[in-house]
Amino acid sequence: MTPLFHLLAAQAADPEVIDRIPSGYSHFVIPFTIGITFMLCWIGVGCIRLLYAIPQADRLKFWKSLFLPKTIVKNLKDLFGDCLLHVKIWQRKPLLGYMHSAIAFGWFMLIVLGHIEVALFVPARLNVTRGGLFYPIFYRYFVWMNPGHTTLRGSFFFFLMDFFLLYVLSGIALAVFKRFRSIVLGMRHTTKPSFADRVALYSLWMIFPLRLLAESFTADLSGGSFLTVGVNHFWHFLFGDKLWFTPCWWAYSICLGLFFAAMPFSRYMHILTEVLWILLRNAGIQPHHPRKGVAEAEIYACSSCGLCLDACPMNVQKKNLKYSSVYFIRFLRRHNEKKINAIADKCLMCDKCHALCPVGVDAPALRRAQRATVNNALPYDYSYLASAVSSGQPSGHGRVHSRFAAAEYGLGPAAVPETALTESKSPRVLYFAGCMTHLTPRIIKSVDKVFKAAGVDYVFADREGGICCGRPLMLAGRTEAAAVVIEANKKMIEESGCDTLVLSCPICFKVFKEEYHLAGIKVVHYTQFINDLIISGRLPVQKKEQKLVYHDPCELGRGCGVYFEPRAALNQLGTLVKASKEYDESICCGGSLGSLTLDSRDRSKISEASLDSLLANDPETIVTACPLCLKTFSEAVSNVRGRDINVSVKDFAEVVCP
Amino acid sequence: MVDFGFGLVPSSRINLDLFDKDKYEELAAVEPDVRICMACGSCTAVCTAGKFSTTSLREAIEDIKNAQPTKALELLKACQLCGKCSMVCPRGINTRHLILSIINTYSIK
Repeated sequence: MTPLFHLLAAQAADPEVIDRIPSGYSHFVIPFTIGITFMLCWIGVGCIRLLYAIPQADRLKFWKSLFLPKTIVKNLKDLFGDCLLHVKIWQRKPLLGYMHSAIAFGWFMLIVLGHIEVALFVPARLNVTRGGLFYPIFYRYFVWMNPGHTTLRGSFFFFLMDFFLLYVLSGIALAVFKRFRSIVLGMRHTTKPSFADRVALYSLWMIFPLRLLAESFTADLSGGSFLTVGVNHFWHFLFGDKLWFTPCWWAYSICLGLFFAAMPFSRYMHILTEVLWILLRNAGIQPHHPRKGVAEAEIYACSSCGLCLDACPMNVQKKNLKYSSVYFIRFLRRHNEKKINAIADKCLMCDKCHALCPVGVDAPALRRAQRATVNNALPYDYSYLASAVSSGQPSGHGRVHSRFAAAEYGLGPAAVPETALTESKSPRVLYFAGCMTHLTPRIIKSVDKVFKAAGVDYVFADREGGICCGRPLMLAGRTEAAAVVIEANKKMIEESGCDTLVLSCPICFKVFKEEYHLAGIKVVHYTQFINDLIISGRLPVQKKEQKLVYHDPCELGRGCGVYFEPRAALNQLGTLVKASKEYDESICCGGSLGSLTLDSRDRSKISEASLDSLLANDPETIVTACPLCLKTFSEAVSNVRGRDINVSVKDFAEVVCP
Repeated sequence: MVDFGFGLVPSSRINLDLFDKDKYEELAAVEPDVRICMACGSCTAVCTAGKFSTTSLREAIEDIKNAQPTKALELLKACQLCGKCSMVCPRGINTRHLILSIINTYSIK
């Protein structure tokens, strides 16, 4: 019997892996090498051009963000979660999540493990001058396993490689199935692939079966595990000892080459661009142009998966599918100006496609940037704002009461305690109703009741009608004009000396929160403010026998992330039932100011769909926290034909203080 | 009436011969709702900017039909696009887009 150390010594002397082809090259690698070189050059030039197009201040911010500990953590988390594991897709559609991570994560592991194998067994080949570009990819072709010298380590890698290959193949099988029946995987609509998409798609489907074929043919020489060796035995059973593996390796290489060559023109560019986009996104850089700089990263990061098709509220009508974000981005990519403008103007800006996008592409921001290219330069004249702010608004002590307006809303003069204006004994609260709330004064009345019941001293900023918050202008792409309005409002608020600004309109809330930069003033939505009043016990509430359903207004929920405060408060007031789509999946009421061109008939279709979702669990009352939603639903409820629905639509404050 | 070419106030004379039909059709192609306005004035009644400045969508549409687009543009300059008018319009006119389209079509570029 040979002593163990002799065996080990023999193994050390005879290598486990022998270079079968000493030159480390064969002609079949040419297609792959051409494809990958082209793609790498394209992306290298693209990256430089892209970063060059970003304004210098933003570019500096980007480089800095790469070294901030906070963004480093977030970057790592997002890169692993979004790019490799696809947590977002798993959470929403598990089958789709499996399909995508099988292909993406599986392939990634195959590439990484292939390189590790080369590094362990033939490290010299990692050198680019000695074939480092293609050698690890076609490793199995070039080596010969020394029989009887296979170690546990080697077998382990064989097993892993086969395991991940099987994993990828299962994903491919699902992907092929999805082309025919996407609904099984949870997608009602899928995108129509473009020509380049098709080339890349079909070659991607072919790559892995061909890889299995090629590796199973060579498994005699270069080894394998359960999958490749098993298939190898099958080939021997079928064809005897005549195995022609060179054509398989050629086909495998051609498919890889084709895929990489088509990649820059297809949706698969997202594989690499997503990394850059995540870094830019986490650096907090906003697009200034719909096509250049950050926008370009977004456009190429879009995987054209079509999850936004089912998300878009406009798509209750099939004719509107063409206005979805995925096609908007496709036309942006193709510089199709005419179509881009039509699509950009149609969108309701409900932000649902952004919230549900697995890559986090902010299509509404791109649409705004696109609208700005048309509308930003239009003339405007807001010179009247200077006088408007000083006379019509409560600028400190010089405020004039309008008894008329107070009577109109049914508010007594006591609604505004004079003491609150002169002596700031308690934190001063300023209430800004906004344009839309003035059209639905029942909100103002209820808010007043709530404030009185809780004993909140408040000043009503736009009792006699203020000026617009600027958000509608921004949504229309008129950023410069919006800045003027914002400046005027900001002056008014800062002069009022308040420390809390309460808003009842989510449209105002979003812009006040994001664009006003009010130092030392807390900007809250009235749902948050009232919820705080209830928690602190200042506002006594009673739970009633009523079934409520809450509608998340787009600008409040997805726009500002306020989901829980209104629900917490409503839970104290009645039984809150679920809508079929809620939180970030809630459907726009159809009344959004975001759309410029959507007509009233299309809007009412959206209202119906939204209403259907809300009525899923037979609520008695639909509660919303936006004047636009309130108006839209009030009309939609009365217009539903052929159905007997008995539901009232109320504002959040109305439910709190009926 | 004789036009002397000067006056204390700008001329308010309507001259329908000056009506630019092509321009109007161009506008109507972008926003067909311009044709269905019935000049009720609800938009003007609720207008946010109208509180501080002379602005009226109703009047602007009339001005365009009366071949006075400059007057219309002057009126719409103050608009803040807040969208209150679209909420009250009994004809369901897409007022915000109409305003943008009027400015876009009739502005001298």
